[in-house]
Amino acid sequence: MKVRRTERLLNYFVLIIFSLIVLAPIFTIVVGAFAPADAKAAQQGSFHPENFLTAWHEGRFGQYMTTSVLVAIVVVTLTVVLSLFSGYAFGTMTFRGREVLFYTFLLGIMIPAEAVVIPLFFDLRSLGLTDTIWAVALPQVAQSVAFGTYWMRTYFKGVSPSILDAARMDGATPQRILWSILVPMGRPAITTMVVLVFMWTWNEFLIPLVMSPTGAFRTAPLGLAFFQGQYTQGTALLAAGAVLVALPVVMLYFILQRHFIKGMLEGSIKE
Amino acid sequence: MLTSLKPASDPVRQTAARRPRGRRHGATPYHFILPAFLIYAAFLLYPLGRAVHLSLFEWDGLSLATFVGLDNYVSLLSDERLKGAFGHALVFVFFFAVLPVGIGLVLAAVLTRARVRGLPMFRTIVFLPQVIAMVVVAVAWRQIYAPDGVLNRTLRWAGLDSLTRAWLGDYTFSLPAVGLIGTWVTTGLVTVLLLAGMAKIPSEQFESARLDGAGAMREFFAIIVPAVRAEVTVALTLTIVVSLKTFDLVYVTTSGGPGSSTTVPSYEVYRRAFELGEVGSAAAVGVALTVLIFVISFLVNRIGDRISS
Repeated sequence: MKVRRTERLLNYFVLIIFSLIVLAPIFTIVVGAFAPADAKAAQQGSFHPENFLTAWHEGRFGQYMTTSVLVAIVVVTLTVVLSLFSGYAFGTMTFRGREVLFYTFLLGIMIPAEAVVIPLFFDLRSLGLTDTIWAVALPQVAQSVAFGTYWMRTYFKGVSPSILDAARMDGATPQRILWSILVPMGRPAITTMVVLVFMWTWNEFLIPLVMSPTGAFRTAPLGLAFFQGQYTQGTALLAAGAVLVALPVVMLYFILQRHFIKGMLEGSIKE
Repeated sequence: MLTSLKPASDPVRQTAARRPRGRRHGATPYHFILPAFLIYAAFLLYPLGRAVHLSLFEWDGLSLATFVGLDNYVSLLSDERLKGAFGHALVFVFFFAVLPVGIGLVLAAVLTRARVRGLPMFRTIVFLPQVIAMVVVAVAWRQIYAPDGVLNRTLRWAGLDSLTRAWLGDYTFSLPAVGLIGTWVTTGLVTVLLLAGMAKIPSEQFESARLDGAGAMREFFAIIVPAVRAEVTVALTLTIVVSLKTFDLVYVTTSGGPGSSTTVPSYEVYRRAFELGEVGSAAAVGVALTVLIFVISFLVNRIGDRISS
């Protein structure tokens, strides 16, 4: 396809402008994180990497990040195991009620947390479960399992039936077929799911906000929101805290960006 | 891999395995689905039913609830603040979904026409806002919109002092200011989605159109837009749902203010249930929001189907 040189130049111009628009706010917050936190620090120069340490301690990000990691481990592990099981059944087996059950799971992808978080809070409170990791994690497992079932079913449906038949001929049990054949083969699909569920869990706000009213299980994004409430004067420490909260997922994104992009594009496209 | 598997000694299982295709798997599939279904039902389906139930009561979360029928839903139509919240949600649909799809279509078309280099890096960059926690995005933009933030400093530097204002504290400008943050977040995702769709258009289509003397505009409307209808539908559904569910962005940037000028349904759910003690009303807003999301997704997909057929 031939395109005139001026048009080509114009295209590069468009690419650069849009990249700058996306990067500018990120750049602002990163630069802000290194700025002097107060007048005293301003006298000692304009570059202050120690802001991160100060924010880490004053904003208690160590504690909040630990909570976030714990919640993420629970949500990701449970989601992966449960979705492997359900996706395996939906993708490779025929049984009564398969369609109805599957669409029931699909519905879950659209149910907003806003609708379920109120009854969940009051019911879990009467069970004495609020302010525990379960109240924060299990509703997110339910949301992620809806997606995970859909995602893993797509993978299992794509597996050649002859592989399954051969394994069955050899007398392998369904569990055995799943763990020794399908899971190793499906590593890319599983990685994508792990990456997406980790990101959603790490970034989730409403569920941990409501489910941990005393703040005992406050995750990193909540810690940042509360830090902002406390720190109205200086922006540098707040910016440093924001960078700390975003960093784990952003780093993972740069390592596994194919999985992020592929997952978010294909996960949203219906068959 | 297969040879390492031990043949089953159980003869019954062996015959079951040898049955022809279309066989029933007995109880096995249900065993595999049960654990996922239990958690899904207990923490999503059942609470949704409970929300519908709660929405028919007036309850402060502590004392005895009073049955009020559909009153909480009626007030969705009469309460100014709630009407405003749903109105703002529609404004957000424009900023989160319609505007990004418009920008994304033009941007992706421009990039598809000329196969420029550096496209993978561009994809990586424009997708970045998707992976950053919304709270972090909100904190960043709060600093940009602050009275002495980057935006106002830039305006002053350009000699446009009259335009500077406290963007998030302004009754007129706070809603579009928050909306534009949404545009910033979703445009990259939409563009990448549309780029993937446009990459599938065979280049002969462009060639023949150009031989017929079609200009960039005709090419855009006659070839590119019709070819990515499916992607546009997906992009709209996805971003509309995001815009209707926006909570953390509003919570961190404006808390619905000034006054109620940026409040949205999801924020009203939280405020009513946990700040005002109007649990029934909050549940009604949550249920209405769910219905709205279902209806809009359904409509967008129906319209998308009709246009493609």
